[in-house]
Amino acid sequence: MRHIISVLMENESGALSRVAGLFSARGYNIESLTVAPTEDASLSRMTLVTQGSNEIVEQITKQLNKLVDVVKLADISDGSHLERELMLIKLRAQGDSTRAEIKRMVDIYRARIIDVSDDTFIVELTGDGEKLNAFIAAVDPTLILETVRSGATGISRGSKSLQV
Amino acid sequence: MQLSGGEILIQFLKDEGVEFVFGYPGGAVLHIYDALFRQEDVKHILVRHEQGATHAADGYARSTGKPGVVLVTSGPGATNAVTGIATAHLDSIPMVIITGQVTSQYIGSDAFQEVDAVGITRPCVKHNFLVKDLKDLVSTLKKAFYVATTGRPGPVVVDIPKDITDPNIKIDYVYPEKISMRSYNPKIKGNPGQIKKAAELLLLAKRPMIYSGGGVVLSGASEELTGFVHTLGYPITSTLMGLGAYPSTDKQFIGMLGMHGTYEANMGMHECDVLIAVGARFDDRVTGDISKFCPYAKIIHIDIDPSSISKNVRVDLPIVGDIKDVMNDMMAAFKEINKKPDADALESWWKQLEEWRNKQCLQYDRNSDLIKPQYVIEKLYEVTGGEAFVTSDVGQHQMFAAQFYKFDQPNRWINSGGLGTMGFGLPAAIGVQLAHPDAQVACVTGEASIQMCIQELSTALQYNTPVKVVNLNNRYMGMVRQWQEFFYDSRYSQSYMDTIPDFVKLAESYGHVGMRIEKPADVEGALREAFAMKDRTVFMDFMTDRTENVYPMIAAGKGHHEMHLAPECLVNTPDDRELA
Repeated sequence: MRHIISVLMENESGALSRVAGLFSARGYNIESLTVAPTEDASLSRMTLVTQGSNEIVEQITKQLNKLVDVVKLADISDGSHLERELMLIKLRAQGDSTRAEIKRMVDIYRARIIDVSDDTFIVELTGDGEKLNAFIAAVDPTLILETVRSGATGISRGSKSLQV
Repeated sequence: MQLSGGEILIQFLKDEGVEFVFGYPGGAVLHIYDALFRQEDVKHILVRHEQGATHAADGYARSTGKPGVVLVTSGPGATNAVTGIATAHLDSIPMVIITGQVTSQYIGSDAFQEVDAVGITRPCVKHNFLVKDLKDLVSTLKKAFYVATTGRPGPVVVDIPKDITDPNIKIDYVYPEKISMRSYNPKIKGNPGQIKKAAELLLLAKRPMIYSGGGVVLSGASEELTGFVHTLGYPITSTLMGLGAYPSTDKQFIGMLGMHGTYEANMGMHECDVLIAVGARFDDRVTGDISKFCPYAKIIHIDIDPSSISKNVRVDLPIVGDIKDVMNDMMAAFKEINKKPDADALESWWKQLEEWRNKQCLQYDRNSDLIKPQYVIEKLYEVTGGEAFVTSDVGQHQMFAAQFYKFDQPNRWINSGGLGTMGFGLPAAIGVQLAHPDAQVACVTGEASIQMCIQELSTALQYNTPVKVVNLNNRYMGMVRQWQEFFYDSRYSQSYMDTIPDFVKLAESYGHVGMRIEKPADVEGALREAFAMKDRTVFMDFMTDRTENVYPMIAAGKGHHEMHLAPECLVNTPDDRELA
């Protein structure tokens, strides 16, 4: 099963490599990993997406908790939560009909065109991974020049929150 | 007080109560060594190889419960220490390893003697630090000792660039009495509800089994465990790492379990209906094939490390906490429940266990003209009155020592159980002897293992640590040979060296006493003579039976009830006949 684990950790150098190292050393898989400082600059928040049986995910959370830099963590996929990923996609946009077609797709997916040149658009799209995949599938593959995705971030709904 | 980084380090070690630093100087730590030179409180033990420093510090830590401290230089100093750091990590031994690093501005430039020590050691430490600012040095050192010694202990590396210890840059130094870390708060107290449930389950058991491990030694909970076991009257078995935490000569002790455990312990594990694991981690050498592990048992597991619980074997009743605390709370729970164990069930369970015990699975040929390794250990036990600190290397001799030296006290059996590091025994014995100058210290080893850190014989002379080396010399890497005999049709691929040194001369050239013992009749006399030389290191080279095997043995993929027994045993299992 797919799990989203949110981790609050000390914003120390090497913290990220401890997590990455843990996953490779113990043979856990990482689907995606995002990390950035929080409103408190001494803390980083990491979102890990991983696949595994309940036993494996239980071990993953225990092993993460065991890292001395980890302050707190939660498997937010345990409860109701929101998940978002950002994608920037550069598309070949030559000729009026292609440009119009892309704009239509952008409207349908509630994306935004954030850069325009004579023959390219850069489209920004947020949503869960499935929505981003659907957009990619909907666009003529020969138009795609480059895609970049942030990996998933997530947060629990309601009053439940991950904080120190 | 204004001190330089190097002086701060040494002053801090002194304030932290560190007696010994095991180390080896080099470019990146010269400022620290200069600060060390100008004081006498912290004693430096100069080893001959950094691996020796880590094992010596480890032996010191295991025999005292205090953290072992290591100081090595950057680059090869750090990489040579890695084996010893990993050894401590796998056995959860508290150590602080200070590695020098190249000057901050050169980090990342492939400078002379530069390695990414923090990166290299990351997977084999409890935690590590790179000191980036002199102002952080003291708090980092305090954190290092705090993390290393609390919770589930382990090694912590502190990597210090050379500029941090610059003698010309001084700052105020105050020893921090305490430190707190928001990200690290080990849990000591077990959950009372879980403890009560465990107590109830234990009292309902018909065929109970207590399985204790190294966690009891680390927690200093030997007395509590012994009280608990005596109260219940249940049988207890121990892992390799836990030996001595419960007295081996006590009648409720049924021997070590696992791959080379006793028949009664392994059969007891297989047949029990309630198992309580106390500070043990269900290692593969203990469990055998997981799918055949304790098939009838409800399992209770007490461990300070939540990640140990249900890692290898799914347990029914986990209790996270320090063994000492949990044992005390468990005893209180027994009083509260006010029930007694089922006496009839227990009586018939003990009858069954005695039947298994009567198989005398540790028999060996006592009429042989050759020196049997088991015999040497038995005599070592007798000559030292069971009171010695025994370190070992890794292989057959380690198993013989574990089986035949009956440890009655914790912290006396010192071996690399988790990582299985050959070369551990001699430097560890030096560390033990420094901590216990008047104690008898024996290093049980083999001619292959001893050569992995034999250079430390030189350290033993320099610091006058009169350890007694018991070399069980069978002219083979015995355990490798045994596996090759059993599983590779006796094709002894590279398990033999035909240029084994003359250990007597070697010991003498290092300034010690060397002895060669070739007949069983001379074993006891040699041991007595050696231990009578209280101020000398003695190297006893016992020429043992070349082809003796360690029994019982559970082969890979087998369960506890599928042991190979020694040919000398009266009744063989079907497996044994197959093997013959």
